[in-house]
Amino acid sequence: MDHLDALEAESIYILREAKAKLDKLAILWSLGKDSNVVIWLCKKAFFGHVPFPVLHVDTGKKFPEMYAFRDRYAKEWGLTFIRQECPPLEATDPGLPPAARAAARKTLGLKAALEKYGFEGLILGIRRDEEAIRAKERIFSPRDESGQWQLKDQPPEFWDQYMTSFPRGTHVRVHPILNWTELDVWKYTRREGIPVIELYFAKDGKRYRSLGDRDITFPVPSTADTLDAIIAELETTTIPERAGRAMDHEAEDSFERLRRAGYM
Amino acid sequence: MSGAAARPLPIVILGHVDHGKSTFVGRLLFETGSLPEGKLEAIRASSARRGMPFEWAFVLDAMQSERDQGVTIDTTQIRFRTALRPYVVIDAPGHKEFLKNMVTGAARAEAALLVVDAQEGVQEQSRRHGYLLHLLGIREIAVLVNKMDLVDYSAERFGAVAEDFRAYLAELGLEPRAIVPVSAREGDNLLRHSPRMPWYQGPPVVAVLDSFPYAALPVDRPLRMPVQDVYKFDQRRIVAGRIESGRLRVGDRVLFSPSNKTARIKTIEAWHVPEPPSEAVAGQSIGVTLDQPIFVERGEIMSHESDPPLLTNVFKARVFWLGERPLTIGSTYKLKLATSEATVTVEAIEKAIDTAELKPLPPERIERNGAGEIVLRSKRLLALDEFRANPRTGRFVLVEDYVPVGGGIVSMEGYPDQRQLVTVRASNISAVGHAVSRAARAARNGHKGGVLWFTGLSGAGKSTLALALERELFAKGYQVYVLDGDNIRGGLCRDLGFSPEDRAENIRRVGEVAALFADAGFIAISSFISPYRSDRQRAREAAGENFHEIYIKADLAVCEKRDPKGLYKRARKGEIKDFTGISAPYEAPENPELVVPTDELGLEDCLALLLRYVEEHFRL
Repeated sequence: MDHLDALEAESIYILREAKAKLDKLAILWSLGKDSNVVIWLCKKAFFGHVPFPVLHVDTGKKFPEMYAFRDRYAKEWGLTFIRQECPPLEATDPGLPPAARAAARKTLGLKAALEKYGFEGLILGIRRDEEAIRAKERIFSPRDESGQWQLKDQPPEFWDQYMTSFPRGTHVRVHPILNWTELDVWKYTRREGIPVIELYFAKDGKRYRSLGDRDITFPVPSTADTLDAIIAELETTTIPERAGRAMDHEAEDSFERLRRAGYM
Repeated sequence: MSGAAARPLPIVILGHVDHGKSTFVGRLLFETGSLPEGKLEAIRASSARRGMPFEWAFVLDAMQSERDQGVTIDTTQIRFRTALRPYVVIDAPGHKEFLKNMVTGAARAEAALLVVDAQEGVQEQSRRHGYLLHLLGIREIAVLVNKMDLVDYSAERFGAVAEDFRAYLAELGLEPRAIVPVSAREGDNLLRHSPRMPWYQGPPVVAVLDSFPYAALPVDRPLRMPVQDVYKFDQRRIVAGRIESGRLRVGDRVLFSPSNKTARIKTIEAWHVPEPPSEAVAGQSIGVTLDQPIFVERGEIMSHESDPPLLTNVFKARVFWLGERPLTIGSTYKLKLATSEATVTVEAIEKAIDTAELKPLPPERIERNGAGEIVLRSKRLLALDEFRANPRTGRFVLVEDYVPVGGGIVSMEGYPDQRQLVTVRASNISAVGHAVSRAARAARNGHKGGVLWFTGLSGAGKSTLALALERELFAKGYQVYVLDGDNIRGGLCRDLGFSPEDRAENIRRVGEVAALFADAGFIAISSFISPYRSDRQRAREAAGENFHEIYIKADLAVCEKRDPKGLYKRARKGEIKDFTGISAPYEAPENPELVVPTDELGLEDCLALLLRYVEEHFRL
């Protein structure tokens, strides 16, 4: 088994634990490379099937390429697809900096979807290496009744035993690719031939490393216009992945505040 | 790029609070050129803004709450790369309150660095962490004696601290790969030898890291695949799980435990592969179809027939405790072992250990952050392995009120495999109805047949009472017969020794013979220690209705004082292995039909008690 095999086996194990132990789960689909890998891993875990609904929390401000991708693969992958619209900017915490406020719309949209469909848990494609705060996550991560993440008092998690039963009202986040890196995601995407949005490939000396809303996501300088080139670039770069995500850089604790309140 | 395809080695950095773990990691990232662009500058600027002198630990303190509190509150995960390969560093907190986070981090590691302050020496958490590594099964460790700059790079001071820690680890059976004197702040002995410590001849830290081997997947151990789920998404019925050890081929005959069902592997299923696999090995998450539609469910362990896991409802364990409420005798928890779950009760605490000092504590409870040895009992049979035979199916987590509160590793020392209890080898035999009924036999004898099952420690008085009772009952006209070691061990069980398994089989046979005597109208008195509840339960099931468990009760101290055959003396000397009460457990009856306290009553009174009991229960 090589490194990708080992990561894949662990993720499949996590997805199957989630399926066996939790009711009413959905996959959060951001249309990006990470959540595409999660959907792909589901098909691996469940032998060609995706036994969870796939939820897109839509800010209405994604790139047109992203919407086209979504409509095509929701059909081709045979997904039970749910689109949830986000509330307007005015509904968010005015104390947050502007880009974080835009990102917070997604949190509100997500909460609305959870209420509407009664999902008890969400499967998310976040990774520890993306961001220092995400590094602290658990694979099965409970949120209390108000949706808050008690990051100072997380349950212990060891020996592949996850916290899989909860008091009523708890909402659970499941993170099947938490231990992957950005590079792992690309190498796996290449190995498996998983489709990706064209925006990740360099055009006119720039490419998107991370995809979010049109107005708060920026391309980074790059000439990587193929999967091989992206992988080669990432093997040497010291620029962080979320460098192009405005909300991370407005204040030192922006991201932490978003996460505590329920952001992905 | 060299090592580009290598798997990152997960390592954990442990140590007492303020001994410099975070400083070490920060500096290591810098030395190996692993800091993201602009990170160091950003941190320097941020420190300046706050009016604080720059510290390497800030590199890790990415979170506001950490900076406010001044301690790492949870594991973080940082990546770096040496010329050889990539690493994932799990920087675990040193603070005592955060032991659960330390365990969370350390359990994922394949090697550990223990950081000790050269000035303060080995402290409480240093020892505790050493102990936990040992329980978590992490054997690849190295020690860094840090802050050498504060002791003038003294070889003597280093030697004293190193020796102290080496001695402690040796008590746990751990031997560090290296003990390196470092100054994390100054970067001494991290990447290369420091000119400030010419007396140190060993490898610098990075060389030590690069010498840690990857943990090997247990492909050569017996096959274990805990069943995670059974899927029926389409026409296939797929048994899914991860192979924890061993290997599996299409066509293999497999056994599911504890249900004890067998089938043959028809296919190994996979999606998006060039061709269906014919083999799978440890580490892979797979799915199989079977040649027969047997009912299996989540929690069972699939193995080969020839090398199955143990089956038991009672076992010993070494545990570490993270719960806020202490672990106590009689408490009930949810046990999670591989994919199975069961309710277990703490039957005994044999040892409680202060992990900081390795001192025994009174074995009444195990407090938070403590450890110990306990006996756990479940209502139903569990399939498991001893930790030393198969770590992945020999370890478990205990859950209380939804939250994991402890972890443990299984030992079966003194307990038998109970697989034979469920294995019915001759399944094609059907009972032949007797022409003479039980009632007819009882009518002729004037009493019912049945079993008086004596159980108790060696020296409690079982044989003396059994033979006296036989004589009395015979004189009163009863059909009665004593089964004891003398007439059973010499013939029927001549092939059996005294291992826990053989003793269990011995008792099984006695139970069956006693049942036949009872069926023939006799009162069978069996006189065996029969220390295991599970064995006595099986004897009860064999006899059917008229089974009477009689506890011949005397304290261990009393029995040892009596020692009619000198056995206790020999057991204490270690001449007899697995001696009940000394080196093997005695499980006292929970609800015996009769208790005969031979340490309180004289022989005559005991006998009278038994005679009265028989008259009441057997006379027609």
